[in-house]
Amino acid sequence: MAGQYLDFEEPIIELEKKIAELKAVSKNNGVDFSGEIRRLHKKANRLRHSLLSRLTRWQRTQLARHPSRPFAFDYINMMTKDFIELHGDRHFGDCHSIIGGVARLEDWSVFIIGQQKGRDIKEKMFRNFGMPQPEGYRKALRLMKFAEKFGKPIITLIDTPGAYPGIDAEERGQAEAIARNLYEMANISVPIIVVVIGEGGSGGALAVGVGNRVLMLENSVYSVISPEGCATILWEDCKKVEEAAEALCLAADDLLKLGVIDEIIKEPLGGAHRNPEATAGILRRVLRRHLQELTLLSPDDLIQQRREKFREMGTFTER
Amino acid sequence: MAWFLRSKTPKEKLKVKKLNIPEGLWLKCDSCKEIIYKTELDKNYRVCPKCNHHHRMNASHRISLLIDNGSFVGMDSRITPQDPLRFRDTKRYKDRLRTYTKKTGISDAVICGEGMLNGHKVQICAMEFGFMGGSMGSVVGEKITRAIERAASEKTPLIVISCSGGARMQEGILSLMQMAKTSVALAQLSEAKVPYISVLADPATGGVTASFAMLGDVIIAEPNALVGFAGPRVIEQTIKQKLPDGFQRAEFLLEHGMIDMVVHRKELKNTIGKLLDLLERTKT
Ligand SMILES: [Zn+2]
Repeated sequence: MAGQYLDFEEPIIELEKKIAELKAVSKNNGVDFSGEIRRLHKKANRLRHSLLSRLTRWQRTQLARHPSRPFAFDYINMMTKDFIELHGDRHFGDCHSIIGGVARLEDWSVFIIGQQKGRDIKEKMFRNFGMPQPEGYRKALRLMKFAEKFGKPIITLIDTPGAYPGIDAEERGQAEAIARNLYEMANISVPIIVVVIGEGGSGGALAVGVGNRVLMLENSVYSVISPEGCATILWEDCKKVEEAAEALCLAADDLLKLGVIDEIIKEPLGGAHRNPEATAGILRRVLRRHLQELTLLSPDDLIQQRREKFREMGTFTER
Repeated sequence: MAWFLRSKTPKEKLKVKKLNIPEGLWLKCDSCKEIIYKTELDKNYRVCPKCNHHHRMNASHRISLLIDNGSFVGMDSRITPQDPLRFRDTKRYKDRLRTYTKKTGISDAVICGEGMLNGHKVQICAMEFGFMGGSMGSVVGEKITRAIERAASEKTPLIVISCSGGARMQEGILSLMQMAKTSVALAQLSEAKVPYISVLADPATGGVTASFAMLGDVIIAEPNALVGFAGPRVIEQTIKQKLPDGFQRAEFLLEHGMIDMVVHRKELKNTIGKLLDLLERTKT
């Protein structure tokens, strides 16, 4: 996983290489470089801190899309036991960009719905680059109703560039499919916890995003439009992505300030891709806390709380 | 190209001179390119008398088309937009807001209120495409949500005429959240068992169709209106092929089972009126 990295990660990668080399030299030649190695480790940590604390929103977007970043299935495998994947929307097909099923997370049986990207080109194609078809939203809704029927909490993991702009997706009513989910999620009587794990791309993300809790991993983004799309439309120049990302305020701390999310989940130093296991551990503990709180609420209270939460979204002046 | 344009322009001018109509009183039909008097077009519900093309209509005109004379009462017109992201692209959002308010005379892209439709009291929202492409930000979301809530508490049917390019980028994630906010409110309206009629005018795309516009108990589109989620240009760029004729048009959606009917503007009020008669009738 450490094979791929972004431009701004380069200085850290260089240091890590040096540390590895020194370790190899001390091992092979019996020379003690432990002092030097410790010094370099410290330096690398400092560098990670300073790099990640002053990331631009565009760099944050790149981290959210990092090729080595854990995907929904990775978290499911690392956080849960006995996951059984369930397929199909019972109308037309099975979308591979939205996966779902039932699993054990600590003491709970939970339904997990995840947006899934691919790692190599073959899997990327299979997952349609994480862009769901209408069947994906409809499968998600079917599973949410299934969860509701048996009183199981629902966890959704958001990671998509957005809905798929294709002829077939339009023919099969992707607008209606997204709208239907927003509407139906207002009625679900079990806890819904939403976590943006990577890219929260517009309507495609929101379609599984109406929860009692909405959380974001530290280096995830959530936006009304991609920086690329925004740059093309407003700047009429697809290269103005940095300006667009800056203007859109799509980082986790922006969304917390705007009252759209409830909590930012800290990632290990360097980002989730540097230590997927640790990230999954952190996420599991955060989910446990929210599950403990939400499972105390009655079905009516859960619906009420979720409705009130989204009723408050937005800002305006009234004279 | 230059020579071609040059030879064309004078001819067109000549044609206009021959007609001898002062400028400002006529326009060219967007579809058949015939020249129509503006007054004639307005009298004909802004539908081209020659080819039946439905031209865009502003929000207040739409309300007057559906609501019985003199019965409309505007609501929530004091709600005005903020600039939560201090958004700036090639222009500042604040400046854009000022320009569009001046241009349209309204504070954001929707007019809401209540009135009578063939004797039925209704809540009505009409989106204004002339205000930043009818885009939905916090104000549009809030006003539509309030109209939904009024419809639910007063048990008056709701009519929303969507005419919008989607969510407003300049309010970022807050615009996206308006989709959830309005849809969640509609779930409550449904519990109150109040009819919601969604009218789709050209264009209805993006965040508006992926929320309240596609959630009507009855969905009516105007002839040839563009209705979809992704815009045709984005789709063309993604799949790298030309889109079939009529793709994402009202008739295409009807064919694919996404809407209930395509109704000529002239028939719109009576169609809705009849629906409400039938839905509100208590005796058999
Ligand atoms: Zn015409």
